[in-house]
Amino acid sequence: MAVSRRQFMKVSAAGLAASSVGALGFLEAGDVLAAGVRPFRLEKATETRNTCPYCAVSCGVLVYSAADAKDGKAKVVHIEGDSDNPINRGTLCPRGAASLGFVHSVNRLKYPMHRKPGSDKFERVSWDFAMERIAKLAKQDRDKNFVAKNRDGVTVNRWLSTGFLGGSSCSNEAGYLTYKVVRSTGILALENQARI
Amino acid sequence: MTNSWNDIKNADVVIIMGGNAAEAHPCGFKWVTEAKANNAAKLIVVDPRFTRSASVSDLYAPLRPGTDIAFLSGVMRYLLANGKIHQEYVKAFTNASYIVKEGYGFQDGLFAGYDEARKNYVDRSSWDYEFDEQGMAKVDDTLQNPRCAINLLKAHVERYTAEMVERICGTPKDKFLKVCELIATTANGERSMTSLYALGWTQHTTGAQNIRAMAMIQLLLGNMGVPGGGVNALRGHSNVQGITDLALLSTSTPGYLVLPTEKETTYADYMKLRGFKPIRPGQTSFWQNYGKFFVSQQKSLFGAAATKDNDWAYDYLPKFDVSYDVLKMVDMMAGGQMNGLFCQGLNILMAAPNKAKVATGLAKLKWLVIIDPLETETAHFWENHGEFNNVDPKAIQTEVIQLPATAYAEEEGSATNSSRVIQWHWKAVDGPGESRGDIQIIADLQRRLRALYTKEGGAFPDPILNTAWSYANPDLPEPAELLKELNGYAVEDLPDPADPAKTMLKAGQLLPAFAVMRDDGKTSGGCWIYTGVYTEAGNMAMRRDAADPTGLGIHPNWGFAWPANRRILYNRASADPTGKPWSERKKYISWNGTRWIGGDVPDYAPTIAPDKSVGPFIMNQEGTARLFARTAMPDGPFPEHYEPMDAFLANPLHPKVSSNPVVRVFAADAKSFGTPDKFPIVATSYRLAEHFHYWTKNVHDNAVLQPEMFVEMGERLAKAKGIQNGDWVEISSQRGAIKAKASVSKRIRPIMVDGKPCDIVGLPIHFGFIGLARKSQPVNTLTPSVGDASVNTPEYKAFLVDVKKTTPPASQPAVA
Repeated sequence: MAVSRRQFMKVSAAGLAASSVGALGFLEAGDVLAAGVRPFRLEKATETRNTCPYCAVSCGVLVYSAADAKDGKAKVVHIEGDSDNPINRGTLCPRGAASLGFVHSVNRLKYPMHRKPGSDKFERVSWDFAMERIAKLAKQDRDKNFVAKNRDGVTVNRWLSTGFLGGSSCSNEAGYLTYKVVRSTGILALENQARI
Repeated sequence: MTNSWNDIKNADVVIIMGGNAAEAHPCGFKWVTEAKANNAAKLIVVDPRFTRSASVSDLYAPLRPGTDIAFLSGVMRYLLANGKIHQEYVKAFTNASYIVKEGYGFQDGLFAGYDEARKNYVDRSSWDYEFDEQGMAKVDDTLQNPRCAINLLKAHVERYTAEMVERICGTPKDKFLKVCELIATTANGERSMTSLYALGWTQHTTGAQNIRAMAMIQLLLGNMGVPGGGVNALRGHSNVQGITDLALLSTSTPGYLVLPTEKETTYADYMKLRGFKPIRPGQTSFWQNYGKFFVSQQKSLFGAAATKDNDWAYDYLPKFDVSYDVLKMVDMMAGGQMNGLFCQGLNILMAAPNKAKVATGLAKLKWLVIIDPLETETAHFWENHGEFNNVDPKAIQTEVIQLPATAYAEEEGSATNSSRVIQWHWKAVDGPGESRGDIQIIADLQRRLRALYTKEGGAFPDPILNTAWSYANPDLPEPAELLKELNGYAVEDLPDPADPAKTMLKAGQLLPAFAVMRDDGKTSGGCWIYTGVYTEAGNMAMRRDAADPTGLGIHPNWGFAWPANRRILYNRASADPTGKPWSERKKYISWNGTRWIGGDVPDYAPTIAPDKSVGPFIMNQEGTARLFARTAMPDGPFPEHYEPMDAFLANPLHPKVSSNPVVRVFAADAKSFGTPDKFPIVATSYRLAEHFHYWTKNVHDNAVLQPEMFVEMGERLAKAKGIQNGDWVEISSQRGAIKAKASVSKRIRPIMVDGKPCDIVGLPIHFGFIGLARKSQPVNTLTPSVGDASVNTPEYKAFLVDVKKTTPPASQPAVA
């Protein structure tokens, strides 16, 4: 991955020089070939190994990112199948092949939003407001409706009036942290896409 | 998947039934193509529609939606009646010879022990073996006893003749028999068949039994544990396997352990049912280690607060009375019993059945939190979108908070694919705007809850305050830290079992394998089946060595497959009882005189000699696989055909017990099922190659490729209803109605069922009122709120509708 395709040409040329082809007097051939190749458009892009976000075939993808001319921030400029990956061998389906459009979708969420009861719109709020509000609403409901013991007096420590639907495209690490935090509150209605 | 994507190439026969891999998993389907091109494999497709998979099949057979068990039971009858089973495998590796209790029986659609009033099998004690005084199951190796499991199976499937299959499924008898003949070619150790399925099997009231029926066929053929064999679930979301493993499921805890019920009041009570002593001499019964996995997990969740004295913080876990699965949640919401809901990347307004019921439920919530990278219908359920979501925002008092999450290219971490392979991915860029990773969001929630409970106190704060949280940055745990926690580590120095004077692992060192886990609190590990993924040797999920030394598609150093980096489950069964491969062609692991060797990690203790007769199915107490399920399934030890809840006809086998007798039906849904007099057409939902779920309608290219909702119907039905290709059609069910454009095609044809034609329509699931594609009412407007008897997966694949020609939607907007 440290080697760009243009550099690869040059390395190949060095290889040629050491070979019998070089001994036969074609020493310059590799350099000439390299000079004639138009600079690859992803030459300055950073290549990152990732996995397609959609189905559970888990096709390997290469995500190419480069600094954006406007703000200098790294942006994804190209995504293609990872030919080193033994599962998909570089191929992608119509969904994976268009996944650059998911990264840049106009419908990506950018800011925390709040819809007040009865309102007909979302309004932008800060992360601090959103998270503090969520924690307060959750605690309020939990403290009011937590069931420490059932009718038979058996300790059950459950909170049934709030549910949590987990994301099946979250990483294992995010999923486990979610499990840990949600179960510690006593929520039983913890589910994900697997069942539906 | 018991096997892997790459292993499909080793198959001689591929059967795709209950799925459409060419369309839903195109790059996984590549391995079917590979098997056809380089292994002379034959592809069988059984589906109500002539799908893209069917278009490249060698043999296609149609069937009526919801009749898979009748078809598969017919296959079992064919195999048993014609001696087309792998005799030695069946005898040695299944419970074929086990003697079932006298009280067990099946009559008129019901197994023994049914209680009509409670609509459940209240007494399942007869669904078991006869036991001797030592607690060992009785067997008859001669298979002469009529109560041997295999003889009961023969008797059970006797009714499923080719004629009966045709009558129920509508599959022409000659097609059905051709399928049987091709399947039967793998009833030996020389050839193998792989089964590929997806939601076409799970989304039925008999979902789990559909899969079980195929598992039984694969056992009869000797196709479990061998290359190119197995029962393979082609899973949907990129990490739905991992999130299932990690138990974001109402009654589970990570690694397929079970959350305690309220009847298990103490840890001792809980473990009473989980001793898992072997019920045949000398068997492994691996779940005997249950306590080690459970205690290690409690240490991972609650750290020092989980001690022997407090039963490993047993009271910190909530105890359940009933399952709080998605259907139950929606029922509670609609009944006003829920106040808050978090949706972390799950679009429930589209994903749960009976949209009207879901919308009612969301509107009764006090608050709703959305965590997602994309706009979703659920986040906007309160917003008026004309006829596509006709609500009055003023009347909806739910407070909604929507949080922007990052997506795959913007974060690092691991995901587990359908083959159980855990692969790491690396971050390329920051997410858009102020978006944050799920880890940061959840950590923030924990921090604030902890602060509030510390300051104010409140209901049972102990588990929240004592959640183990020793991350370097408490506000932003590193994915690597979390994967290490999942893997597990020594809490204190662990002595070497071979020489107690030596230390095997020092405190803090990562566990090399789940075999070293302990039930005395000295090891911690979040999910035992993930142990080995991050050891002292490093992060195995990062491994990217594509080498495949055996050429069998094992790729042992690419990522890490749970459990123990094993690529084919039950692979001990690839060798005969003496440890010799069944054939040179299917050689996988074998006994070399001192140990098991091969290209994969043996699914067996590596030094147990074959003459010890230890069965390959080590997770079962008997060491063998179960043709007779004992009490593992709530709706019977054998699969039985039951009609869908929206029934096209009364069950030809037992009209009085027409549908699954133990399906859970909520009182609110009792009148929500359709009947064929009003809704004479069978509908099934499906996916398109150009779309993923409800996400890609937000992606420009995909929205252009498949821009709008349609209904696929056959020519006969279209003609009868005066509908032409491209006309607007109203599709209605007992739950609601939607509009879609007609796609009249030869791919979907009427099926003759019990002497009358059954028309079928297909409905893609992808379209809604948010996104760049044309707006549509979601398909779940039509689907029934009822699930599978075992796991409550909704019945999306077989329900009744009517269709009629209609006018375009009044407000059909242009594509953005």
